[in-house]
Amino acid sequence: MPPLELLLQQALNGVMLGVMYALIAVGFTLFFGVLDVIHFAHGDVFMLGAFAGLSALLGLAAVGLTGGLLALPLAFAVSMLATGLVGVAAERVCVKPLARSSPLMTLLATLSLGLVLREAVLIFYPRGADPKPFPRLLPQGGFEVGGVVVRWENLVILGIGFAAMVAVDLVINRTRMGAAIRAVAQDPEAAQMMGVNLDRTVDATFFLGSALAAVAGILSGLYYSEIHFIMGITGGVIGFSAAALGGFGNVYGAIVGGLLFGLLQTMAAALIPRGSEFRDVVAFAVVMLFLVVRPRGILGEKSVERV
Amino acid sequence: MDEHQSRLSRREILQGATALGVAATLGPGPAWAQKKTVKLAFIGPLTGGTASNGLGGRNSFLLAVKERNADPKSKYRYETEVLDDECKPTVAVQAALKATSDPAVVAGITHYCSVTAIATVDTYHKAGMPAMVWGAVLPEITYSHQYVEISRVNGTMINQNNVAADFAVKTLGFKTFALLHDTTDYGRAHAKWFSEFLGKAGGKILSTQGTAKDQKDYTAELTRAKADRPEVIWYGGLTPDGVRVKVQMDKLGVRAQFQGTSGIKSDTFNETAGPSAEGTLCFVEGAPTEKLPGGRRFLDAYAKAAFKEPSEAYGPFAYVAANLVIDAIEAVGPDRAKVAARLKRTKNANTIIGPVEFDDHGQNTVPLISKYVSQDGKWVLWEDSEYAAGKRTLPGLKFKKM
Repeated sequence: MPPLELLLQQALNGVMLGVMYALIAVGFTLFFGVLDVIHFAHGDVFMLGAFAGLSALLGLAAVGLTGGLLALPLAFAVSMLATGLVGVAAERVCVKPLARSSPLMTLLATLSLGLVLREAVLIFYPRGADPKPFPRLLPQGGFEVGGVVVRWENLVILGIGFAAMVAVDLVINRTRMGAAIRAVAQDPEAAQMMGVNLDRTVDATFFLGSALAAVAGILSGLYYSEIHFIMGITGGVIGFSAAALGGFGNVYGAIVGGLLFGLLQTMAAALIPRGSEFRDVVAFAVVMLFLVVRPRGILGEKSVERV
Repeated sequence: MDEHQSRLSRREILQGATALGVAATLGPGPAWAQKKTVKLAFIGPLTGGTASNGLGGRNSFLLAVKERNADPKSKYRYETEVLDDECKPTVAVQAALKATSDPAVVAGITHYCSVTAIATVDTYHKAGMPAMVWGAVLPEITYSHQYVEISRVNGTMINQNNVAADFAVKTLGFKTFALLHDTTDYGRAHAKWFSEFLGKAGGKILSTQGTAKDQKDYTAELTRAKADRPEVIWYGGLTPDGVRVKVQMDKLGVRAQFQGTSGIKSDTFNETAGPSAEGTLCFVEGAPTEKLPGGRRFLDAYAKAAFKEPSEAYGPFAYVAANLVIDAIEAVGPDRAKVAARLKRTKNANTIIGPVEFDDHGQNTVPLISKYVSQDGKWVLWEDSEYAAGKRTLPGLKFKKM
């Protein structure tokens, strides 16, 4: 058994990873909660958010704005707006027209959209095939507590990640739009009868979920100092699994699922002999076994649809 | 005045047109046009994380073909079929099938990634199409069979790892190593050979961890490796993953030297890792292009052709492979079987990388391995670097003194 400080360091690594997974998972769960759809392009929307953030930062640097305090909030705003709008467009193109078709059609359409987004970045972003350096805008360096290295950067990323989750909670529980989202998630027909505008609510849900993916994308860029056009493939699959683990349709479940998945992956690599080769196998196997025992997920509210 | 000029220019146009007509009838044009067309395939990673190496190889291949087409003495006119293998075995097999199923394609200059080169060996053999590997270093690509169709102009990873282990232990004085490698054939084989030579050189391996290709997060593996306090973190894998390992090493405060394989020798590594790249070591077969026997001529011709991308480390090998294949076609005609047999017997061929000689397996026996260090965002030959001159100290050596 590794010493305690090593376990704590690995736990911190897992939480860092988990925060990003959780933000992606919240999007999946919102879409499922409101429309009962699995939006498989969501992983690539996460990637798009990272590239939109990088483009915004490069644009701001070109006009002389390089300081993290000003450039970063602007990059977040631009990226969240851009991916939010892409999310709304995705819903209108790939989800809404297929509302009366088999759910498989929506799956196929969103999968295809993800491929289009990925290939578009590969082809149209300058030297899109290469990994891109992401500006190191957060304070570098850090401190050591009981043998655990904590970077200032980690604290800021955790702070932004958890702030985004609290903001989602506030939007959902304290605003009229949030009430509409909850109402539609519970019973779309009854919500409409009570005066909820279904189209606007669905748009707001897709905007919110996709904007959160943009936050995750930029945080990933800041954490790893590098982004790549294929980052959405794994990000999407894990975000989806984390949402399933937490219980589809439950925002808090998605957060718990994301954090748990990050910890599972990290601990598998840290504690099992040759675990680094099987970290994904272990993490996905645990999710699979857990869902066999408890198909509704950890905090599940809506029943899981098999896809 | 203007009218006169105008009349003159009309006359000139007429004269020019007549001259062109005569030239078209009597000049070298018809002979050129009568040349039989022969098609050559190039396969490499044109997209994905290793695209910069693939594009450099493709450009070098195209340069060789262009030069030969411009040579009036060549018997054939060469056309090209450029295919992307994305550094993925499944895509590579599709590309190989496309090339081999076109009867016009006589031979291929094939693959930078070991995983694609090893996956396609049987495809070329079954189709009887000669394929000369220009960048992949896995020994099994040439040594796991007796196929006449497969040959390789660059060296294998065996020599590379021998030099890498000796250099790290005997020259730099590092003793303890933590090994990370991707779990593809490429990464595993590198780890196997490096471990073997490290043992012989007197180095000690504290841990070995395999990781998935294109993995994003290495913090768990690096934290685990860090606990053993290795002097060197060695990574057997390609550029995108190598960048992540090095950047995350710095973020986690892993106080060790970073050493990679030929897979990270790309401009993209330095560009993406930024300041983290400084002091990274890697090893590549052959000499740096500018120091090759014909390297200067190659680089001048490459610059003149104004390609958008640099030739990268393996461009000269793709250039030489194309020339060797064309030489064979010129000698025996555009027949796959005859060209394959001829290529396999290549002995003492004079090329820009020096004499090329294939052993019984079609493997060029390249004795030279170059050591590189990342210095100010560029790969610099170790012997020419400020690190070797003592003006700078490698990060790993600094940590050793701390």
